[in-house]
Amino acid sequence: MNKVVSGVEEALVGIEDGMTLMLGGFGLCGIPENSIGQLVKLGIKDLTCISNNAGVDDFGLGLLLQNKQVRKMISSYVGENDEFERQMLSGELEVDLIPQGSLAERCRAGGAGIPAFFTPAGFGTEVAEGKEVRIFNGKPHILESALTADFAIVKAWKGDTEGNLVFKATARNFNPMMAMAGKITIAEVEELVPAGELDPNFIHTPGIFVQRIFKGERFEKRIEQRTVQQRT
Amino acid sequence: MALDKTGIAKRIAQELRDGWYVNLGIGIPTLVANYIPEGIEVEFQSENGILGMGPFPFEGEEDADLINAGKQTITARKGAAFFDSAMSFAMIRGQHVQLTVLGAMEVSQNGDIANWKIPGKMVKGMGGAMDLVASAENIIVAMMHSNKAGESKILKACTLPLTGVGCVKKVVTELAVLEIKDNKFHLIERAPGVSVEEIISKTEGDLVVPDVVPEMQL
Repeated sequence: MNKVVSGVEEALVGIEDGMTLMLGGFGLCGIPENSIGQLVKLGIKDLTCISNNAGVDDFGLGLLLQNKQVRKMISSYVGENDEFERQMLSGELEVDLIPQGSLAERCRAGGAGIPAFFTPAGFGTEVAEGKEVRIFNGKPHILESALTADFAIVKAWKGDTEGNLVFKATARNFNPMMAMAGKITIAEVEELVPAGELDPNFIHTPGIFVQRIFKGERFEKRIEQRTVQQRT
Repeated sequence: MALDKTGIAKRIAQELRDGWYVNLGIGIPTLVANYIPEGIEVEFQSENGILGMGPFPFEGEEDADLINAGKQTITARKGAAFFDSAMSFAMIRGQHVQLTVLGAMEVSQNGDIANWKIPGKMVKGMGGAMDLVASAENIIVAMMHSNKAGESKILKACTLPLTGVGCVKKVVTELAVLEIKDNKFHLIERAPGVSVEEIISKTEGDLVVPDVVPEMQL
């Protein structure tokens, strides 16, 4: 089944104002930067974005925030983005902060057909407000619901024409679960190869979860915290 | 003399045991990896998706695709593994990680921790901290004894929004090692040259002080 589209323009067809999007990545690592650039260009607004972070002021999802295209963010950590913090504290931006593990599992559950699950994370905190609590093995847990999205946009290292994906190092992060949870999943990849070139033993995301795939034109891959050691 | 951040990290490193998988939070906890005691082997897990985290790369060898949970460029040790975020938190929630070290804004004497939000002022988010503290059996907090305004962070009850309840077992600050049990802080060790009186005066929570408080051996 050929999932290849011509490029980012064709890949994002059908994304409209007010939709819910999942965007893979952790910090600036493994984010679908070509698609984010195109969302900015298209000016699609009132978006609900589910993404672990919100980029930095001038890169990643921060670009959509600067452009006031986001109505609501669902994230776990947004500490590197001044504009985000400003919009949130002023009430311009609706924000749902949820524990990182719960966010990952809620995406996984959404893709796996599990409507909700119990987790100990967040019990006794404001995250638990309004949520059912149950005791398992003597320990309180809270009920968390699954997340899905109109579109999930993920970034992979390699992909094939069937939509099979392989991620590199820690750029995998949220991408596999989000790929599962999108009604339509778009994958932008660094290398797009014919079916058969990727070893089926080493596929991270099977092509069934991917509807559209394209080779990203340009990957800046900005580093958020460049830390090095000196050679002795 | 009170310890610096390196000193706190060195003292916490003494808590590491052979064969442990360890998750280190952002800030002082990250430094713990530099002081693994000789003769023991531990593996560091970073919740963004690596087991077997190595030191920072040499200049010119940074890889944007290889970072830790603090978004710092890192390396992977021989035998490392990469995985997705759901798998990562399965390791954490499933209690496959033996020790979690993280920073805090406040800790209370019943083991509550607050480290993610100051209402109306600062909201960074909890990241993986809530998952980590809700599940880890062994949690050590690394932090300064007082905040920038000089107020104690070692409290009877936390004033800030909580990250987790009743979970912290041990706190290491620039002044002292404190254990939490029976709803009280217990003074276990003091930093070299720091007086018990100074620790008492800077601790707001109930503190049990034994007759003899040994100095940390760093």
